[in-house]
Amino acid sequence: MTRLTDLEYLQLGRFKKFWYKFRMFWIVLFPTIGRFFVNIWKKITRGFWKVIDWFKSIYTIFAKGDWKTRLSYVIWGFGSYCRGQWLRGLLFTLFEVLFIVYMVLWGGMWLRKLFYPGHIGEVEVYYIKKVIPGIGEQKTPVYTDDSVQILLMGLLTLSFIIAAIYTWYVNIKQQKIAEEILASGKKVKSAKQDLKSLVDEQFHKTLLALPVTGIMLFTVLPIIYMICVAFTNYDVHHDGRTSFFSWVGFENFGAIFTSNTGAASMSATFGAVLLWTLIWAFFATFSNYFLGMLVAMMINKKGIKLKKLWRGVLVLSSAVPQFISLLYISNMFADSGLINGLFTRLGWPTVKFWTDTQNPNIARVTVIIINIWIGIPYLMLITSGVLMNIPADLYESARIDGANPWQQLVKITVPYMFFVTGPYLLTSFTGNLNNFNVIYLLSGGGPDNTTVAGTKVGHSDLLITWLFKMAIGQENDYKNASVIGIMIFVIVAFLSLVVYNLLPSNKNEEDFS
Amino acid sequence: MKQYRKKVKQPKQAMGQKRSRLIANIIIYTLLGIMSVVWIIPFVCLLFESLRCESAGLAGYVIPKQWGFDNYIKLLSDSDMIVKFRRWYLNTFVTAIFTAVFQTIFVLAMSYTLSRLRFKGRKFLMNFMLILGMFPGFLSMILLYKVMSWAGLVGGPEQWYLLFFQGSVPGLVIVYCASSGMGYYVSKGYFDTIPRSLDEAARVDGANRFQVFYKVIIPLSKPIVIYTILTAFMGPWGDFMFASYVSTKSKFAYNVAAGLREITQATSIGTRYTMFCAGGVLVAIPVTTLFMFLQRYYVEGVTGGAVKG
Repeated sequence: MTRLTDLEYLQLGRFKKFWYKFRMFWIVLFPTIGRFFVNIWKKITRGFWKVIDWFKSIYTIFAKGDWKTRLSYVIWGFGSYCRGQWLRGLLFTLFEVLFIVYMVLWGGMWLRKLFYPGHIGEVEVYYIKKVIPGIGEQKTPVYTDDSVQILLMGLLTLSFIIAAIYTWYVNIKQQKIAEEILASGKKVKSAKQDLKSLVDEQFHKTLLALPVTGIMLFTVLPIIYMICVAFTNYDVHHDGRTSFFSWVGFENFGAIFTSNTGAASMSATFGAVLLWTLIWAFFATFSNYFLGMLVAMMINKKGIKLKKLWRGVLVLSSAVPQFISLLYISNMFADSGLINGLFTRLGWPTVKFWTDTQNPNIARVTVIIINIWIGIPYLMLITSGVLMNIPADLYESARIDGANPWQQLVKITVPYMFFVTGPYLLTSFTGNLNNFNVIYLLSGGGPDNTTVAGTKVGHSDLLITWLFKMAIGQENDYKNASVIGIMIFVIVAFLSLVVYNLLPSNKNEEDFS
Repeated sequence: MKQYRKKVKQPKQAMGQKRSRLIANIIIYTLLGIMSVVWIIPFVCLLFESLRCESAGLAGYVIPKQWGFDNYIKLLSDSDMIVKFRRWYLNTFVTAIFTAVFQTIFVLAMSYTLSRLRFKGRKFLMNFMLILGMFPGFLSMILLYKVMSWAGLVGGPEQWYLLFFQGSVPGLVIVYCASSGMGYYVSKGYFDTIPRSLDEAARVDGANRFQVFYKVIIPLSKPIVIYTILTAFMGPWGDFMFASYVSTKSKFAYNVAAGLREITQATSIGTRYTMFCAGGVLVAIPVTTLFMFLQRYYVEGVTGGAVKG
């Protein structure tokens, strides 16, 4: 079908307009997803060429450099000494010495244990035999290698190696640059100038040093570690000390997707939890959004007094720490809590909100409704802010053109809101996918469903609460927890990247104004 | 002219329109009234149940038959075997203070750099942190827990003065603050609104970048600095996931969130529900007041704030 021009579009009847928009959405959807994957492929190939360039540059710097530069390939920082940049040279050489010492003493050992055939770790356990008078011989086990530790130290060693390669490369490039500077007659930076530049041109390095190191050590490293764990069989039966864990390749992922032992299987549970997570995120986000917008419009309406009071009451309820509200409301709906007490006094039957395994949907619906209670104040504030910023002359001109309030709402307010809060809706959706507190504190995961791989799963469990139960439960099912974590990442990343490109905020800015 | 237009409009408006607007307003007022009640009721009930003296478990009614502060007294004394509320409060308070200090430093450093300073790899860093944020935070916690337990930074020492050096409090502070640089969005947005002409004027006067940061930008950013400090302070009070994981079920290691949840578990709620309500009130009051105070700075800070020209 052909794209209509604006004029042709405006001439269509209302139904035809909607139908056109509907068809255009689907027609645009698949190329967008296709473009998304093509972009990823392009980035990969570009990265590949960059690697080739990198190797080429190593060769050319050697070929074109003088003897000082060439010697720096082996003794890092050598060229810097010769050119008077003793501080830089010292730092490079120090790094080289530390690296070599570490690899010889410890690095080789960790790598050897990490890649040991069969399992991670070499020496399992040996026994100390003691003869105790009266009891006899007693064997005490002494555990030596710990797979957990080996994996960690192995990863650290690998990162050290990567850092060393990078530093070596920086060293070479610096020699080349310094050589060129001297050749063109200018001076190179002295040590004092280097230090001074740390608070000036290089200030970003000073400021970022600690935060970025923190992120590297406390977020990046654990995530890489857990991604590796997803390819092992680390759980309470293979805890690394009493029994090593080993690399199992894609076995865990296989279990998620193709398990075949009926309803209690991993893949069936995963599918069920995933489905509920998506449904929950959808309802939680959009119910809050539209109801919050409605409330904001009600409060914002001309002629409503005490605006500050209404807003203040709602904000107050969101100011109380969420866990208190959630824990208390959860107990309000408990089997012998306030709500059921009220029901009993009214003569109604009690409802098992959180424990009704026959009707698990009761828990699910209740959670969504309570989430509305939690979420409306925030949404009301945000949409209020946007509503108040809609230029009043848009409404004025519409009124002069004869639009009634309903038309003003649909044609001005709603499109404006979607445009401004589109990205917020996306982050809200992905945030709700991982909304641990609301589900766990309210229903604890809901009426118990099955036990999979030793961990109890409930009907209102999200992927993230299931992950938590796996890690903290008795089975310490870290391998499956990591797999679930990776799945969460894939889903969030896919949704964010695709939907962000689909949102009207990115294109159609002219359409909007 | 305006008044004339209004007078002309009035007789043209049918009386029906005025009445329908009145009806709409009445409906809205009723709805808002009901909503206000619904939103306040849980807290009123919480308060009432915390003052109940005749039974300590879940009950089906709200208004106590015997009023009194028994629950508060029981909570604050150390008499109960599993409830160490004073210690939980202290834990959370210490965690919050240290987190406030370090997290602010990290976040401000990160957001200023990303907002003002241009360097190679800036875009890469921002995208990298975006992708990193898509992983569930708890995943990294699993490894950190193992490492911290080797270092003795999990669980809780029994003596209160030791909590600064070992146990879950320093552990949690490290975990909260180390990666806090990833939460730079709001502060960066604020710094973006400060016009660069100020930077350039200062540099023309011979300041290096550090002096620009310290002497020009920070004094102008009071709202966002206070916002960051207060957000960092309030975080540990409400964190359940990390705190409960790091506490290893040791009653001395909980923060208020994990501890109060422990009370509501099936094994102890029968005799301690009202204590939970009292604890809830004791935590809610200071945090809520702080939050309302923060609102003022949040509005200033997030909507751009005033820049002295």
